[in-house]
Amino acid sequence: MKFSESWLRTFVDPACSGDELSHLLTMAGLEVEEEASVAPAFDKVVVAELLEVGKHPDADRLRVCRVDVGSGAALQIVCGAPNAAAGIKVPCALPGAELPGGFQIKQAKVRGVESSGMLCSAKELGIADDATGLLLLVADAPVGEDIRRHLDLDDRLLTLKLTPNRADCLSLEGVAREVAALTGTPARLTEVGAVDATIADSRAIVLDAPQACPRYCGRVIAGVDAGAATPPWISRRLERSGIRPISALVDITNYVMLELGQPLHAFDNTRLHGDIRVRMARPGEKITLLNEQTLELQEDVLLIADERRPLAMGGIMGGEESGIGLTTTEVFLESAFFAPAAIAGRARRYGFVSDASHRFERGVDFGGTLRALERATRLVIDICGGQPGPISEAVAKLPERREVRLRPARVAKVLGVALSSERIGDLLTRLGLPPVKDQDDFVVTPPSYRFDIEIEEDLIEEVARLHGYENIPSPAPVGLMSMLPQTEQSRSRARVRQVLADGGYQEVVNFAFVEEDWERDFADNSALIRLANPIASQLSVMRSTLIGGLIANVTTNLKRRQSRARFFETGRCFFRDPQGVPVAGFRQPWKLTALAYGTAFPEQWGWTARKVDFFDVKGDLERLLAPRKASFERAAHPALHPGRSARVLLNGQTVGFLGELHPQWQQKYELPLAPVLFELDLDAVVIAGLPRYSEVSRQPPVIRDLAIVVDQGLELQRLIDAMTTNRPEIVREISLFDVYVGRGVEPGKKSLAFRIVMQDTQKTLQEVEVDAAMQQMVAYLQETFAAQLRV
Amino acid sequence: MHNFDQIVHAASLAFAATDDPDVLEQIKASYLGKSGQITELLKGLGKLPADERKTVGAAINRAKGEVESALNARREAIRRMALDARLAEEALDVTLPGRRQSLGGLHPVTRTLERIEALFRSIGFEVADGPEIEADFQNFTALNTPEDHPARSMHDTFYLQDESGGVAPGVLLRTHTSPIQVRYMQAHVALHAGAETMPEIRVIAPGRVYRVDSDATHSPMFHQVEGLWVGQNVSFADLKGVIADFLRRFFESDDLQVRFRPSFFPFTEPSAEIDMAFMSGALKGRWLEIAGCGMVHPNVLRQVGIDAEKYLGFAFGMGPDRLTMLRYGINDLRLFYDGDLRFLRQFA
Repeated sequence: MKFSESWLRTFVDPACSGDELSHLLTMAGLEVEEEASVAPAFDKVVVAELLEVGKHPDADRLRVCRVDVGSGAALQIVCGAPNAAAGIKVPCALPGAELPGGFQIKQAKVRGVESSGMLCSAKELGIADDATGLLLLVADAPVGEDIRRHLDLDDRLLTLKLTPNRADCLSLEGVAREVAALTGTPARLTEVGAVDATIADSRAIVLDAPQACPRYCGRVIAGVDAGAATPPWISRRLERSGIRPISALVDITNYVMLELGQPLHAFDNTRLHGDIRVRMARPGEKITLLNEQTLELQEDVLLIADERRPLAMGGIMGGEESGIGLTTTEVFLESAFFAPAAIAGRARRYGFVSDASHRFERGVDFGGTLRALERATRLVIDICGGQPGPISEAVAKLPERREVRLRPARVAKVLGVALSSERIGDLLTRLGLPPVKDQDDFVVTPPSYRFDIEIEEDLIEEVARLHGYENIPSPAPVGLMSMLPQTEQSRSRARVRQVLADGGYQEVVNFAFVEEDWERDFADNSALIRLANPIASQLSVMRSTLIGGLIANVTTNLKRRQSRARFFETGRCFFRDPQGVPVAGFRQPWKLTALAYGTAFPEQWGWTARKVDFFDVKGDLERLLAPRKASFERAAHPALHPGRSARVLLNGQTVGFLGELHPQWQQKYELPLAPVLFELDLDAVVIAGLPRYSEVSRQPPVIRDLAIVVDQGLELQRLIDAMTTNRPEIVREISLFDVYVGRGVEPGKKSLAFRIVMQDTQKTLQEVEVDAAMQQMVAYLQETFAAQLRV
Repeated sequence: MHNFDQIVHAASLAFAATDDPDVLEQIKASYLGKSGQITELLKGLGKLPADERKTVGAAINRAKGEVESALNARREAIRRMALDARLAEEALDVTLPGRRQSLGGLHPVTRTLERIEALFRSIGFEVADGPEIEADFQNFTALNTPEDHPARSMHDTFYLQDESGGVAPGVLLRTHTSPIQVRYMQAHVALHAGAETMPEIRVIAPGRVYRVDSDATHSPMFHQVEGLWVGQNVSFADLKGVIADFLRRFFESDDLQVRFRPSFFPFTEPSAEIDMAFMSGALKGRWLEIAGCGMVHPNVLRQVGIDAEKYLGFAFGMGPDRLTMLRYGINDLRLFYDGDLRFLRQFA
């Protein structure tokens, strides 16, 4: 809602500055989103009349004008505007004036001719972009009058960001009502009298959809001059409300809408046939609107029709065929109340909004239908002439305004501050919500223009609003002191993130909607979840893996000359799943994904740079999961190098995967090196488990090394699992400390070196027991894996 | 007697003449060895008359002691010189950088979310989570925003396609974290169904939310933190108190103003918009929108089965992205979602 402050002040003129007024409105919930001056600062510009316009002796394009600025003697001014002509009135900057941009006007010679001022275009005054010629003023503009006063240029433009509940403030009168309540200055509303019919022409109105349209009024006005000029006071106010003046009749309907909040529509009466029927659209019915859009309508759209065809989408927009033009001589003027539920969402469904639909879907005063029609009739007759017919009105069941009860004790409970009964009564009265006392309570019947007062809390808000939110105290709250649960069975997500950050990974947050290719490439996802209305095609599919985002992060940073990157993200991923909870059809698990690219360590002195590899990242993953131990199984994954990818298991359950990016994706995504990454189910990662004490042996451990040669294809995990299961009782730990392939080891074989820790909880181990245990293990390995002892 | 002092003096000079521990030991031998001067003197004692033997013996032993202590002093000096030399040789350029893995770090918004969670935990708020593909019901209807309510146009909503390419009915990307309120209250009510008095609900719910909006100040995905406190005595004044306290703790400053101004949300009544302004610094005096809030609408409470006469409460939804920008002086929201290491590293 945009309007000029000076127009508002014609309705209510409190003794406060413009800034104070804006603050007052903002703090009352009518947020002033923007304040602007109508014109930039300038002075000494007056209304001038061109008395004579002659040629310049030395310049074809310049004219020498004799100008009356109301100071007695006429001034001589050189001017280059093409529209300079004797008899017109234009703004004239006098010598000594300073125009916007600091432009000084001085007495000067222009190509040898004395010039005492400057005639101005709208652009030169900073009030419009038009620089094609002098700004023409009305013929009766008083010569010599300050142009700021003449054009009301000290006015300010206010834009209110209105919340959907305050439809009553979508008009100057509505805002004035609010200002009156806030300041105590009475509002002077427009006096509207009935305009008597001078002709008998009328149209009957049939309400076929009385729920959607419970009140419809209209009247014929014949003999109008549609080409009449719109008076400047109307066009200026429209312009300052952001509405472009079009023609007198259209401007009048818009003006009354802004003034009173009632959208009106003018039909060309000569193009209507018979009665007006207010009905729902028939399936497939079509209409071409004033905005030239042709729509096929659904049955829940309200139509204004005549006996032959649809004329308008009721409360939304008129039709092209029945619209008025500059040659219209007879209008049928409509003022109606359309129920919010019948209008809501319809325009948006067809991809547009109109000033009318915006108001009707929020609620238009159903008590003001006739008043607006009379107001518009008066303006039409005053401006365009014509003879009004009688008003036809059809009324069905209008919305009820139910009594709302307000208990002062409830006010205190909800607001946390006790207001006296007198104070509450006074606030309600000022708001135009006349309270009736019923013992301790107040009973309020909301006026027809308020659609937002249905329950006690609505009244509490009104009371609080006018009392001032800033006048409600803000004490430290009092609550019950019970401790929050603090589980040790799982770690917080924050803790998990911190472990990764401490390991050199930088957290990122990527969009949850991604490129379709990423889903196909990195997840082989054929059950895509597409957005119905993506903002861009590369943001159109919900992700089922976080890999794509991290790869893109690497690419972006490579372009910015960051050749090494370690990223992680935690976030939800999305899968189609009929069993999904809590939203049926979708599973939305949290994932944690980390990726390392470039060198294993930042380049630094004393270390030879090498590329990050599978085992670097595997180490990070193990550190992340510690003290829990994951196991790893070779497994294929669409994103990963088939020989370098593993499934990650915790307690036998798959919780994610680890591996090097598949070379084909490395190539496609133009990465010079292969990133190594893992993706885990975050819910599995946070599980911690309580530590459990086991007795610490007081006996000294015995440590022996064991080196064996086995087939290169034999996976370590298999070997360790088998050794662990079949270990002699005294063996406590088996850990690998070296892998060797090369000279001294037969091709196709590898040498593995293990450290074996042996210990007895009760007694010191004897050499014989240790040797026996080692022999037992060697024998087992030889037998099961054809391992050879390496010496 | 005189002779002995000379020997001691000569030995000291001889010891001092070398820096080499091996040479020192050879010199030692020439005084204290099997045929060293001192040893020879001691051997010669037997030839002396008995009455001299005692005094001369004592004098020789004193001289021996003095030679030994000169020797030990010299040994220690040589050892120390050798150590000093080694230490000097081993000296490092301590200004060379330490060897390490690169630094990682948390996303700045994560830092903010963790602080918000910690601050609210300290006054007994639990942390809840909810789905991001949300049911239309929880996102709108249960929040007193039925189909075609004009307030729905305040949220430009992302919808999903169904498997045949149409718009999937009843689901959307959540436009705010408020649906978590609904789900949390539903669960809370079910849990305490038998209780005469329902325990208080104090919960915050951080998360990602989505709106069809993308420009310099809007991201199609951003963060929100929902807060909810429902009990038998929770008022609008309490809401003001909690928020003012929170902002002062979050910014670690009393040098800021907080104001509440009336607003509208279908799921709160009365409703307010929260603005704050710093009293110093670059943004001094500018009111900045921080959150929307209000008293939970009775329809929302009833919808989840809570007696709206007996219980009441407040809810708020604030923008952690905005708080992060203000906290660290970040001027462009888009930096959060761009993954630029040069930006992110600043928050390690």
